[in-house]
Amino acid sequence: MTNSVGNERWLRVRSVLWKRPWARATLLLSPPLAWFLLVYIASLLVLLITAFWQVNPFTSNIERIWSLGNLQTIFTTPAYLSIIGKTAGMAVAVTVTDAVVAVPFAYFMARIAAPRTRTALFVAILLPLWASYLAKVYSWLLIFTNNGFLDWTLGLVGIGKSNLIYTNGAVFIVFCYLWLPYMIIPVYSAFERVPASLIEASQDLGGRTWRTTRRVLLPLALPGIVAGSIFTFSLTLGDYITPLLVGGTSANFMGNVIYTNIGIANNVPFAAAMALVPIVIMGVYLLGARALGAFEAI
Amino acid sequence: MIEVPTPEQPAAAGSQGSQQAPAVYVAGLRKSYGDVTALNGVELAVAPGEFFTLLGPSGSGKTTLLRLIAGFERPDAGTIELTGADVTGTPPYARDVNTVFQDYALFPHMTVAENIEYGLRVKRVPKQQRKQQVARALDMVRLPGLGARKPSQLSGGQRQRVALARAIVNRPQVLLLDEPLGALDLKLRQEMQLELLRVQREVGITFIYVTHDQEEALTMSDRIAVMSNGGIEQIATPVEVYEHPRTPFVAGFIGVSNLIERDGDQITVRPEKITLLTEHDQAPADTHVEGGQVTDVIYVGVLTRYVVALDAGGELVVSRQNAGHSGATVTRGNQVRVAWRAAQAFTIPR
Repeated sequence: MTNSVGNERWLRVRSVLWKRPWARATLLLSPPLAWFLLVYIASLLVLLITAFWQVNPFTSNIERIWSLGNLQTIFTTPAYLSIIGKTAGMAVAVTVTDAVVAVPFAYFMARIAAPRTRTALFVAILLPLWASYLAKVYSWLLIFTNNGFLDWTLGLVGIGKSNLIYTNGAVFIVFCYLWLPYMIIPVYSAFERVPASLIEASQDLGGRTWRTTRRVLLPLALPGIVAGSIFTFSLTLGDYITPLLVGGTSANFMGNVIYTNIGIANNVPFAAAMALVPIVIMGVYLLGARALGAFEAI
Repeated sequence: MIEVPTPEQPAAAGSQGSQQAPAVYVAGLRKSYGDVTALNGVELAVAPGEFFTLLGPSGSGKTTLLRLIAGFERPDAGTIELTGADVTGTPPYARDVNTVFQDYALFPHMTVAENIEYGLRVKRVPKQQRKQQVARALDMVRLPGLGARKPSQLSGGQRQRVALARAIVNRPQVLLLDEPLGALDLKLRQEMQLELLRVQREVGITFIYVTHDQEEALTMSDRIAVMSNGGIEQIATPVEVYEHPRTPFVAGFIGVSNLIERDGDQITVRPEKITLLTEHDQAPADTHVEGGQVTDVIYVGVLTRYVVALDAGGELVVSRQNAGHSGATVTRGNQVRVAWRAAQAFTIPR
């Protein structure tokens, strides 16, 4: 008897769920949504709020008094402005370089390479992504370091020392290396989706290689390039470990400012204010990317 | 400018040394992909202004032949000539031919007008002239005023027309069409067949048209090349191909396959040329008469098809117009006689 009553109740619950799709969606999405709100959004909100608090210079305690002091400090101190400019410049330089390298490479993979070559290239691109980030940066440290692999090789051909280690040049090279796969993959998929008949149509209408590339291939691959640039740009903007390891003391980027303010100066509100800067820059960047149709290519 | 060749006087100028070089002439054309032979030594000549169709099942090599003429592929052997000039080694952008692709291949990031003027820009036609020619091309394909749309905003039939406009605006010597109506539904397809014919008459450009649809080929072409297994089975006018197929393949591929064997010869008779006789009917004079049994009756609207198993072996399809004629109703299992005039049966050459 009780069993049949229980069954009936279940049936009612199920019919309610069936009649109301939103109820099903709520049931399905609640746990991940709770996680997302709690861990992801909440922490960002805390960051946002902290940015408007202060640290008592004597006690080093956080004082919950609202003020724009931190942001004011950032935007009136020439050193900070130059760090922001330098970081954004580095991000742009890395993005452009990776795009220039990735476009012909991805084109070759998508349209010219035989299936077996393509697989080999894919492995070559993806393999480094499975290795630890730190291991890769340290290996570059070994290459750049004084009397390291690079100096040794240059010595063999009689050029002398490179003196790259602990310069922005070294940081730039390592960034380009680290983020290149994130550019190649979306550009590759963009090229792969261009139907062969479009290229033939361009040739058929008299378009030589340059015109076909310029007028047909690149515009169609552009969303992929922009999608890749979101990765290269944002990853460069926030990284502090690579500048710390191969850039040495001269390397001072936004990430490093945040890092030192949290770890050394113990000024979390100022670090939070500094962290807002790349977030805002990325926000603007993403709006631009959306206008270029990048999100259809991811 | 339109030249409709008769069977007795084929338009193929070829090696006949006529005053005008053929628009397209290919000889000894071979192409294989790995182990698969796509073209096996093809030769043909297409006259200027002709509507020439390559007809065959998929895998017969018709698209490969078209792509070789366009220059998208290189032949393994043989030559390709356009109005007498050898273009075998010329890249596609330097050949005076344009293609209408099966998937239309419209550039999705450009407007309709930008698509159409692409070829004109390449040729550095001044902007004002370009605009006029684009407008005229849009008029010709009956899409006036749609220049500012993107291809994604058009229907399938409209895209088809834009693809056609983009090709003919360049006034090429030869227009290559690769199953251009394949993606359209039947009604639209029939409409576009007439459209295509009208445009071809208007511009007088040589059309080479690839299709697997025999009805489309018969409707539209001046001449048809029937292809199979990388070779050409027969080149002739639609009437000739239909009434006098030269090989069993052509007989079977065009129209209903009506092939029987008598005295070691393969004979074909078209279904509509056969008279169906019941017991009391008198056989018309000068006809060959055979008895048989009706194994199937298929009603298709304008006519009814009767499948007759002949007593002497083999099977023939007979079709009869549904014109409300007096003939007795014939149903499955009926014993009947079929009759045809000797002139309408065609013995396929060995």
